[in-house]
Amino acid sequence: MNDETPLWQKMASAGAMMIQGTPQARALGMRVVSITEARAVVEVDWREDLVGDPETGVIASGVVTTLLDNSCGVAAFAALSEPTSTATLDLRIDYMRPARKGATIRADAHCYRMTKTVAFVRAFAFDSADETDPVAAAQAAFMMGTSSRMGKNRRPPA
Amino acid sequence: MSETSAPPTRVDLAELSAMFEAVPYAKFLGVRLELKGDELTAILPYKDELIGNPMLPALHGGVVGALMELTAVAQIFLAQGGKKVPKVIDISIDYLRSGRPVDTYARAHVTKLGRRIANVRVEAWQFDRADPIAALHGHFLIKSDEGAV
Repeated sequence: MNDETPLWQKMASAGAMMIQGTPQARALGMRVVSITEARAVVEVDWREDLVGDPETGVIASGVVTTLLDNSCGVAAFAALSEPTSTATLDLRIDYMRPARKGATIRADAHCYRMTKTVAFVRAFAFDSADETDPVAAAQAAFMMGTSSRMGKNRRPPA
Repeated sequence: MSETSAPPTRVDLAELSAMFEAVPYAKFLGVRLELKGDELTAILPYKDELIGNPMLPALHGGVVGALMELTAVAQIFLAQGGKKVPKVIDISIDYLRSGRPVDTYARAHVTKLGRRIANVRVEAWQFDRADPIAALHGHFLIKSDEGAV
C-alpha cells in the first residue's frame, strides 16, 4: 500500500494487530470483524471468567463497556486521514438488557462527525444478528491530536 | 445530598467480599474491596493486561469504567444492607486524565437510594484523591424482579 491509501484501509489490513497491540483487548479475546471508513466492528466471546452475574451467567457489563470504548476509539481513528494521538473525553452507555449467556457480543461503532479537535462516535452492541434488539448503546467523544508523548506515563505526575 | 430514609442493616466486609468474589469478572480484573467504617474503597492493583494504550502507557478506558461500575454496585449493596445485587441501567463517564500503570482506587457515593433506582457518583484516582483520573455517574436498578434489565 502506498501513501495514498486511506488510514482506515491500512487499519483494516492490520485489524488483528490492532487488538494484539492492546493488552486489555487481547486479555478479553477481542477480535476486529471489520474496519471501514469511520466505522469499526469488534466482537468478544462469552467466557466463564468474564461473567458478571454468577446466578444467570450473564457477561459483566464492564466487558461490554470495554468493548464499546475500544470500538469507538477504533472508529474515531478510522475517520482520520493520518494517525494522531487521541484521548477519550467521555463515554455514555445505556444497557438495554442483559446479553444472552454464551453469546458473542459484537459492537458496531460509527464516527459520525469529526471536527479539527473532537471525534463524535456512536455505537451499538448486539448479541445476535437482529439489529433491532441491541444489548447496549454508547455515545463517546474523543479529543484528537493530543500531544501525549510516548512513555509519558512512565513518570509520576508533576 | 439526600440521605436514605431507613438506616440500612449493617453489611460487613466479609459479606461484601463474598458477594464480590462470586463475580468472575471482578476476579478477572483483580479488583478488591476495603471497608473502613462505612467508607468503601475499591482497589485495582496494576497489572500489564489492564493497559489499553501501550505507547503512553495508559490503562484501558473500559477498565477504569468497569472499576467504577463495580464500585457503584458494591456501594449500593452496602447502602441497601445487602439485598439484591443492583443492575446497571446507564452510566456516563468523564475521563479526566490517562490512567498510569499503577494501582487505581475508587469510591462511590449513593446520591439517592429510591425504591427502584439508585443514583450514584464515583471517582477513580491514583496518586491524589483530589485529582481524579475519571468520574462516573449512573443509574442502577435495585429491584430486578419486574424490569427488563
